[in-house]
Amino acid sequence: MLKVEDINVYYGSIHAIKGVSFEVAQGEIVTLIGANGAGKSTILKTISGLLRSKTGSVTFKDEDIGHMASHNIVKRGLAHVPEGRRAFLQMSVAENLEMGNYTQPKATMHERIEQVYQRFPRLKERRKQFAGTLSGGEQQMLAMGRALMSQPKLLMLDEPSMGLAPLLVEQIFEIIQELNAGGVTILLVEQNAHMALTVANRGYVLETGRIVASESAETLLEDDAVRKAYLGG
Amino acid sequence: MLTHLINGLQLGSIYALVALGYNMVYGIIKLLNFAHGDVIMVGGYIALFALTFGLNPVISALLTVIGCTLLAIIIEKLAYTPLRFAPRLSLLITAIGVSILLQNLAQLFFRAGGRPFPSQLLLPTGSFSLGGVSLAYTSVITILASIVSMILLAVLVKSTKLGKAMRAVSEDQGAAQLMGINVNSIITFTFALGAALAGIGALLYAVRFPLIGPTIGAMLGLKAFVAAVCGGIGSIPGAMLGGYIIGLLEMFIVAAGLSRWVDAVVFLVLICVLMVRPTGFMGRNLMEKV
Repeated sequence: MLKVEDINVYYGSIHAIKGVSFEVAQGEIVTLIGANGAGKSTILKTISGLLRSKTGSVTFKDEDIGHMASHNIVKRGLAHVPEGRRAFLQMSVAENLEMGNYTQPKATMHERIEQVYQRFPRLKERRKQFAGTLSGGEQQMLAMGRALMSQPKLLMLDEPSMGLAPLLVEQIFEIIQELNAGGVTILLVEQNAHMALTVANRGYVLETGRIVASESAETLLEDDAVRKAYLGG
Repeated sequence: MLTHLINGLQLGSIYALVALGYNMVYGIIKLLNFAHGDVIMVGGYIALFALTFGLNPVISALLTVIGCTLLAIIIEKLAYTPLRFAPRLSLLITAIGVSILLQNLAQLFFRAGGRPFPSQLLLPTGSFSLGGVSLAYTSVITILASIVSMILLAVLVKSTKLGKAMRAVSEDQGAAQLMGINVNSIITFTFALGAALAGIGALLYAVRFPLIGPTIGAMLGLKAFVAAVCGGIGSIPGAMLGGYIIGLLEMFIVAAGLSRWVDAVVFLVLICVLMVRPTGFMGRNLMEKV
């Protein structure tokens, strides 16, 4: 479904992503794990068109999206929930969801907003509140709900568990599995490697801009080097 | 006293319309668009030529608004878009450059001196009496036209898809892109909208001060900028409030017989506001920022 081939991304003179290639097949949950600064978020931003690769290609559903503007990529069914949620804090919860619907027909919007509320009942309670008044967990739900409004085929999640209480983290991961069961392919970036590998089919390990391992999630969970580096021994 | 109040409201309406353009653009790309006043100057000339040419007042007004809008779009595309990722100071200096360019082009093509503006061709002259107070048609029309424009703007920003997208872009361009919003076209639209209001402002200003010259936009732009800062830079209700405050203040200074001090007092107010409340009266009300 998604094929990333030999991308090289630079921040000014800093070579952040060095020839990364990987694939996500339809129906999978794939995770990119790695330490802070390994380049996980940079890869997601490159896929969604916020950053550009100097080489290689990004193909989504057999279409080259490597040179496409972000807003056109969203239309094709690729949604990105960015790191730090980035809800529109000065807009209401309902307005945030409407923004998620930007590329989608208005006729069915309310129906789909109701579906998001069913999945995240807390958002319904707070629909008129400004997103800035929500807790971190609620903002994560809002960011995910907002992305779902664009009816994505592939959902990219950047650190959905960051800064959340353990109970909430489990909830978020349950929802990720539910979404996947409902037919959404997932590309998950996480520092919480244990959680990510528990729900994922496959994983890629990223170190300083390079992929150093590509295995099934079970294999990575058992791997000594990975356990030492990312799973706390 | 009441006459001064009406005059103040009339002037304040014009400042508010112009200040809105500053604040919308500042809200969306953090640029103090110092060429805004000069777009109004060009609008003044368009109205002048259209009316002198004998065009119908409604068509002349429409031409003015469309002309200002197109000019702003051209400025944005040629001067500001290439600097989207440049430091903000470069953008500011470019805006000042565009302002100087427009003033000098106007001098070149329309000569340096002022030309009388045929207000009577645009709006009915004379006045009517309401409860013993004599009201000029032009004052009442100016105030009503501004209020209607501002209400339409407020509805657009609050409730329409485009208005919500403007707020989203003003808050977080990256996240807005991820929603599928074409950020560039929203920025262009914001410039166009601010310039359309400036076009209306140009008409109303020309009626109030019927002498069009290449530099009329400079002082009007500065006054409206003071209004924008006093109201709260980036805030739409702030621009309206600031506009009316500055307009009323000027008229009461005139009423007190100190008309030579008007400009000095306005800028003194700016200094005081910046010292006491640098975010402006409504600067904290980030909720309505666009």
